Amino acid sequence: MSQYYSELSDKVSAKLAEIEAIQATIAYRELTIEVSKENLTQVCQILRDDQELAFDTLIDVCGVDYSTYEGSALASTKGKTRYASVYHLLSVKNNHRIRVRTWLDDDFPMVDSVTGIWSGANWFEREAFDLLGILYSGHPDLRRILTDYGFIGHPLRKDFPLVGQVEMRYDANKQRVIYEPVTLEERVNIPRVIRDDNRYAERESEQKNGDQA
Amino acid sequence: MSEIQNYTLNFGPQHPAAHGVLRLVLELDGEVIQRADPHVGLLHRGTEKLAESRIYNQSIGYMDRLDYVSMMCNEHAYCMTIEKLLEIEVPERAQYIRVMFDEITRILNHLMWLGTHALDVGAMTMFLYCFREREDLMDAYEAVSGARMHASYYRPGGVYRDLPDSMPQYKASQWHSQSEVKEQNKNRQGSLLDFLKDFTNRFETYVDEYETLLTNNRIWKQRTVDIGTVTAEEAKDLGLTGPMLRASGVAWDLRKMEPYEVYDKIDFDIPVGTNGDSYDRYVVRIEEMRQSNRIISQCIDWLQDNPGPVMHEDHKLTMPERMDMKEDMEGLIHHFKHFTEGYSVPEGEAYCGIEHPKGEFGTYIVSDGANKPYRLKIRAPGFAHLSAINFLVKGHMLADVVTVIGTLDIVFGEIDR
Repeated sequence: MSQYYSELSDKVSAKLAEIEAIQATIAYRELTIEVSKENLTQVCQILRDDQELAFDTLIDVCGVDYSTYEGSALASTKGKTRYASVYHLLSVKNNHRIRVRTWLDDDFPMVDSVTGIWSGANWFEREAFDLLGILYSGHPDLRRILTDYGFIGHPLRKDFPLVGQVEMRYDANKQRVIYEPVTLEERVNIPRVIRDDNRYAERESEQKNGDQA
Repeated sequence: MSEIQNYTLNFGPQHPAAHGVLRLVLELDGEVIQRADPHVGLLHRGTEKLAESRIYNQSIGYMDRLDYVSMMCNEHAYCMTIEKLLEIEVPERAQYIRVMFDEITRILNHLMWLGTHALDVGAMTMFLYCFREREDLMDAYEAVSGARMHASYYRPGGVYRDLPDSMPQYKASQWHSQSEVKEQNKNRQGSLLDFLKDFTNRFETYVDEYETLLTNNRIWKQRTVDIGTVTAEEAKDLGLTGPMLRASGVAWDLRKMEPYEVYDKIDFDIPVGTNGDSYDRYVVRIEEMRQSNRIISQCIDWLQDNPGPVMHEDHKLTMPERMDMKEDMEGLIHHFKHFTEGYSVPEGEAYCGIEHPKGEFGTYIVSDGANKPYRLKIRAPGFAHLSAINFLVKGHMLADVVTVIGTLDIVFGEIDR
């Protein structure tokens, strides 16, 4: 299986060589490529139209906010940018998958929409816009989708508190629902910890040796 | 002459055929749909945000509540993604149990879908029939996990406990006499597997009953044939998966294409439609129930002959046995660590999709090496399916919207997350 994906990785790199020298990694039998945001739509067009690749279905679009990411092995991501837009593609024709990641600007995350390539991207991009504030230029209808009408902020950003900013209640005097700043306190029962675990250190060194070889 | 204008109609969010909380803004020209704009998010609970603040095992319970008619399948995708990141193998018996309960869940889901879809279209009896069989399967859920719906039975590394040797019994009450209860308890005398075996033997005839009511029913056909047609190319472009894709003639099933657990050792077929309309989707799902029934009975046969562990034995990652916790110091330490800190998942990212009753349900986890996921993304099949509704209903009559909503098999728990 990983043999298949390393061949696929070479194939993808060769096909996209004209546009950009992409960075491809294989982990957990999954192929991930990173492309620059300028070339995203061009790359996606090739991924879909090339008969050997034929990624005909867009499975998912996921925005990620890397601002509090503490991992070390993905150090290459550090100092890159805060947001990433991650696309999971599937080829029903050839039965293989790929993950495409593109890094976006910190203060104005914007990338071209892929709705023109897969129309199924429409709602997934709306969701990423709603929850992370990533803008997809060329999207036909970039509205909020999951949060309330008139919601302020992007909940999946790491600086958005878990308890939210406002709470609502019915005000009997005003005879309507009103919004107020939250009175809840955020409570952490189990702290977030990263352990130096020797079992994984072994695996990481194996992977590194594998990369060199 | 006055100018003819389009009419905008608000469908839902409290409409019985909206399957939950769907608000659909319809633009009508007479009775013909010009545009459908679904407003979703009324059930948004921020599962993905919540999962970021909780250790891995605490989120299993949230997975049940996503698609609340196919609970264990949601858990399955989540657990499989964690197992992928941890690179652990699940014991074979646990794999068979998972496959069996996935298929039980598939039948549960399809029965719920069939009952409500038929009810929306006007066939009252189906609803009662389907809920009769759901009851038995719910009892199987209850026997194994203690909960009839939100089981949280799967764990990364296996399943929470082995199958029970006895079934819960009905008790006599002022409404049910001793003799009635005895009749009700007749197939509950043995273990859970005996109960399910009895169910699989009966279920085939139940499906025949459903089919006599619907398959050649003239009204049913008039309401579903050529409604919401989608070709294979369009389906792939729209991101449709599962029965929605198979009804359009694409033999795509993750259980065959990317076999997970023990699906490669089990004999079953994938039903495929030809026209991609609502009727084909109905036929595909009916046949899927028969195939699920086949899978369950194969799993029962294997499970009856092969006892063994149901949980990965590395207790740094999985809960130790209750007895070990009481008697063994190391077991106590493991138990303590599991409830105060959880386990850390190595840094990396993984996506794992399974053949959920509704389509491809996947979870994408980004881990930075902590005991909580850094980012959890849930790929819900219903989300992609509902986004296609504008495409599916355009040009149809108002009454067909209900058929299309039904045929999509949407549940708002997973769409709104």
